[in-house]
Amino acid sequence: MDKTPQTMPRQSWTFSNETNSEIRRAAATGIYDIRGGGAKRRVPHFDDLLFLGASMSRYPLEGYREKCDTSVTLGTRFAKKPIELKIPVTIAGMSFGALSGPAKEALGRGATMAGTSTTTGDGGMTEEERGHSEKLVYQYLPSRYGMNPDDLRRADAIEVVVGQGAKPGGGGMLLGQKITERVAGMRDLPVGIDQRSACRHPDWTGPDDLEIKILELREITNWEKPIYIKIGGARPYYDTALAVKAGADVVVLDGMQGGTAATQDVFIEHVGQPTLACIRPAVQALQDLGMHRDVQLVVSGGIRTGADVAKALALGADAVAIGTAALVALGDNDPKWEAEYQKLGSTTGAYDDWHEGRDPAGITTQDPELMKRLDPIAAGRRLRNYLSVLTLECQTIARACGHNHVHNLEPEDLCALTMEAAAMAQVPLAGTNWYPGKPGF
Amino acid sequence: MTTTLDMTSTPLRDVNVTLQAAARAQANETYVIANPRGAHAMACGLDGPLSVTIKGPTGYYCAGMNKEASVTVEGSAGPGVAENMMSGVVTIEGDASQYAGATGHGGLLNIKGNASSRCGISMKGIDIVVHGNIGHMSAFMAQKGNLVVLGDAGDALGDSLYEARLFVRGSVKSLGADCIEKEMRPEHLETLKTLLEQAGADAKPEEFKRYGSARKLYNFNIDHADEY
Repeated sequence: MDKTPQTMPRQSWTFSNETNSEIRRAAATGIYDIRGGGAKRRVPHFDDLLFLGASMSRYPLEGYREKCDTSVTLGTRFAKKPIELKIPVTIAGMSFGALSGPAKEALGRGATMAGTSTTTGDGGMTEEERGHSEKLVYQYLPSRYGMNPDDLRRADAIEVVVGQGAKPGGGGMLLGQKITERVAGMRDLPVGIDQRSACRHPDWTGPDDLEIKILELREITNWEKPIYIKIGGARPYYDTALAVKAGADVVVLDGMQGGTAATQDVFIEHVGQPTLACIRPAVQALQDLGMHRDVQLVVSGGIRTGADVAKALALGADAVAIGTAALVALGDNDPKWEAEYQKLGSTTGAYDDWHEGRDPAGITTQDPELMKRLDPIAAGRRLRNYLSVLTLECQTIARACGHNHVHNLEPEDLCALTMEAAAMAQVPLAGTNWYPGKPGF
Repeated sequence: MTTTLDMTSTPLRDVNVTLQAAARAQANETYVIANPRGAHAMACGLDGPLSVTIKGPTGYYCAGMNKEASVTVEGSAGPGVAENMMSGVVTIEGDASQYAGATGHGGLLNIKGNASSRCGISMKGIDIVVHGNIGHMSAFMAQKGNLVVLGDAGDALGDSLYEARLFVRGSVKSLGADCIEKEMRPEHLETLKTLLEQAGADAKPEEFKRYGSARKLYNFNIDHADEY
């Protein structure tokens, strides 16, 4: 007898296996899921933009012969000693504590070889990164863990962190597993306890106060250091305008794909705006204030390739910052650790339990044995190589668009593949001269 | 020898450059600042032995990040006085606004009047003595050091406290999450006695109650979620 044909089992889009697994995990533990990294959901991104390249109306530069400058100066507004970078790619703030000492050293080595800056994070400045970073930006965070005036003066720039893209409006939590004696000592807290990083600064509220706080920081550092203000991608137009009002030399704008060491997954995936959606409003704010290029804009959150770099610059950024990509260049989520990722219930490319301190790659850990797996010299070289590739790719695109400096890239060089990207980037949908919201349509 | 800087004719930048250079010179000199008129960021970032007396009220962040210097304000101080102080002594003859001694790592902040809200917020080793009352949310997330209050404390004292020790002589309107009254042991009385003497406070250690962390929130536990 013929078997009656059966409809294939149908999985629910709404209640997918991944969703159901999270429901079961929540039901079993009663605790929200904490993880590292940035938003993993698909959001409109630089992939949804294309460069037009040169043609009859644009004259390209010879790809291997004609100069295309990549230098960037950050902090020209007030600082006596602005930061000069050879490339428009910087290393974003990542804390010692979240990262191992060798990882911080590798970031410093790689950035220095490439001619760019790296950045401290929550937990203060370590000798590894100061010693190996020619240009080091010192983050001034709400927790003020490890904060002291000596390190402030040893820094090349100061970044006042108001928010970050992974969790605008949220603080952080470094779980007790990673709180070794050294980490605890730097933070003035007991070994082994969860260390909360506050969501707002303890001694100022709002941009009027921040203006005075910045005055204090400048007075303590003889007005030498550029002052950055880092904001998460929440309300980029107003946040950028208020950062300028508060006295920023540089605005660092971090979209929701920007990573964090550890935060609730629900926060990472559901709060904040995609990087692509943040850039044009921020640039518009700078232009409305007559400060575009006088106050530099650094964009971060999901930068992976030289094309991403070029697109961010074309939309008006002066530089970009990378975090997750830098960790991958060091060796994070490397397939060679697949067997160990499997043991941890994860897989290559998906490992994000950085807060647990069991990173097989030895990067997001304080375990002495795991840390030994990362050779900071070799990892630093990999980062340098990666930064070089980002720069070469960006130059290639800029030359193809006829520009002798990457800062000459402009929105007119771009078109968008989707309506969403066209609206966010305010560049025409491919094949049209229109984008949603364009005046006159 | 005492040097006087008059802020009716000397800009803030020049005042701080002079004081910071004198502190770095380790010469233990004495400076008087006349007519401060509530200026912000006065005498901040001093990094060495120096005696500074400010003849009047100050604005935000007076004596911020102080190291080794002795700064006295003969008036009241605005928000964030002695914030992130590392060492030395900062004395406020009048009242202090909010965030006094915020994130301070060391030294003594001696407030002769009252302190507003969030006094000692996130303190990391500083000692603070307040001769009057303190406002709400004081010692929020305080990590290390001692906060001594001769008067009363406002709402939510010591919320989310870590290892800082709080001593209050008067009433406490309410305690914050994870802050409890604790036994006053001999070593605490000794600490208190020393701090009261250093601050010139007319009070006996036995008159105080001690508050500290219950340590129930040190590691995340869903059963304690209602504490927040």
